[in-house]
Amino acid sequence: MSLATREAFNGFKRSPVLSLLSITTIAFSLYAFGLFGLVALNIRSALAQVEDRVEIRAFVADGTSAEATSAAAGDIGAFPEVQSVTFVTSEQALVRARKELGEFSDVFEAGILPASLDVRLKPGFRDPNTVKAVAERLKSYDFTDDVRYGEEWVQKLYRIRNIATLAGLVLGFAFAGVAVIIIGSTIRMSVLARAREISIMRLVGATDGFIRSPFLIDGAVKGTFGGILALLLTWVSYSLITRFVITAQFFDVRLVVLGVLAGAVLGLVGSALSVSRHLRSV
Amino acid sequence: MIRFTRVTKEFPRTGVALREVSFHVARGEFVFLTGPSGAGKSTILKLCYLDERPSDGEVRVAGMSSVAIRGSDVPKLRRKLGVIFQDFRLLEDRTVEANIGFALEVTGAPPASIGPKVGRLLTQVGLASKATAFPAELSGGEQQRVAIARALANDPVLVIADEPTGNLDDRATRGVFQLLRDINASGTTVIMATHDLDLVKRAECRTLELNHGALVFDSAAAAASGPPGAGGAA
Repeated sequence: MSLATREAFNGFKRSPVLSLLSITTIAFSLYAFGLFGLVALNIRSALAQVEDRVEIRAFVADGTSAEATSAAAGDIGAFPEVQSVTFVTSEQALVRARKELGEFSDVFEAGILPASLDVRLKPGFRDPNTVKAVAERLKSYDFTDDVRYGEEWVQKLYRIRNIATLAGLVLGFAFAGVAVIIIGSTIRMSVLARAREISIMRLVGATDGFIRSPFLIDGAVKGTFGGILALLLTWVSYSLITRFVITAQFFDVRLVVLGVLAGAVLGLVGSALSVSRHLRSV
Repeated sequence: MIRFTRVTKEFPRTGVALREVSFHVARGEFVFLTGPSGAGKSTILKLCYLDERPSDGEVRVAGMSSVAIRGSDVPKLRRKLGVIFQDFRLLEDRTVEANIGFALEVTGAPPASIGPKVGRLLTQVGLASKATAFPAELSGGEQQRVAIARALANDPVLVIADEPTGNLDDRATRGVFQLLRDINASGTTVIMATHDLDLVKRAECRTLELNHGALVFDSAAAAASGPPGAGGAA
C-alpha cells in the first residue's frame, strides 16, 4: 500500500468519530439528492406514460367518402412524426364515448358523434410544438371538420415536466454544493490535525502533489462511503414508499453506479478545493 | 554553498526583518549565527531553505537562486538540505525509526532501502537501541538526535540548525554539538543559529552576528582584515 493511501486510512483511524461524522453528513446530503432524484425519476416515468396517450383527433366532415378518408389516412400516416392513424367511425366513437363518459350511457343513436382520424405521434415528437404543427397540417385537409388535441393539456404536461427537471437541477446543484462545503470542512479539520506532519513533509522536500494526495484519497473514499450510505438510505425509503404508499420505480444499475461515483467525485472536488486553500496556511 | 547578496526581508505586519544582508558560506564550513532575539537569525535560515523569499536581493543555496527558482523546484532544493529545530518537530505518534523513515518515504526512496538506511542513521546518532521507542519516551537530547538523523536521511549537502540546543541541558548540548561537528567533518556544510555564546567561544568556528536585521560582525572578515590570529577560523 502506498504511503498516500496508508496516510489516508490512518486519518480514518486517528479520528474515527470525525470521519464517521463526515461520511454521515455527506450521506445525508446525497440522500436528499437521491430522494429528489427518485421523485424526479418517478414523475418523469409517469409523465412518459401520460405522454404516450397524446393523440390528435381530426374530425371527418359529413359526406366525406370512405375512399377520400382512407387516402388521407395513408397520406397522414406517411408524415415522419406520425406513429399510427386509426379511422374511428361514428358508431365506434359512440361506443367509446359510452365507455369513457357517463353522460353518453343513455345515447344509442349512431351518427350523433362525428367519425374521426385518430393520429398518434412517435416518441420524441410529442412536444407541444410538434403536436400543434401536425394538428395545423391536418386542419388544411378538405375533409377535416375540426381538429382537437387538448392543446392546454399538452402544454400543462410539458410545463410540469420542465418544472420538475428545473427543480431537480437547481436542488441537485444546491445539494452538491452543500456536500462540497461539508467535505471541504472535514478536509480542513484533517489538514489542521496533520499540520505538523505536513510541515515536516515540506521541510524534507515532499512535493505538493505528494502532500495533497492523502487528502484527495481521503475525500474520494469518504465521498464513496457517503454515496453508498446514501444509496442504502434511499433504497430503504423507496421500499417503505412502495410498501405503504405507492408503487414506485428505483434507479437502474447504471444510475446506482453513477450515484456512488458522484459521491466519490464530490468528495474529490471538495477536498481538492479545500486542501489547496488550507495547505497554504500550514 | 550559501550566498546572500544585499538581501532585505520585510514582513507586512512586523516590518523589516533583514536589511541588505550580504555574506558567503563556502562548502564544508561550520558557521554560527548569533544575535539577540528578533535580530533576524531565523529569517536568514528560513530564506536558506526558501520557506521565505527575499523582498529584495538574492539568496543562492546549493546552486539554486531565490530569484530564478520555480515553486515546483523548491522540494528539489530541500532534498539537498537537512533542517533541525529547537522544538525537534517529531511526530509523537510514531516510533523513532518511523520518524526517520518518514523523511525517506515522502521523498520517494525505494521501500527496500529505507530500513537499512534508518538503521545506519540511528547508529550514526547513537540511538540504535531506541529504534522502537516513541519520542515521548526519550530525553530532549535523544529527541534532537532523532531530528538530526531525520535531517541526514536524504544525505544533505547543507544542515540548517535553528537553535538546536536551545532546549537542552549542558551535557545534551555538548553531545548534539559534537554530532553536528562530526557531520561537518564528513564534508557537510552546517549553519547553526544559537544564543549560547559559551558554545560559540569554545567552538572557535566562523561567527556571523546579527542585530536589528543587519549583519554587524563576521569573524571571517574580521580575521582577514585584523591582526593574524584574531577572530574565528573561516
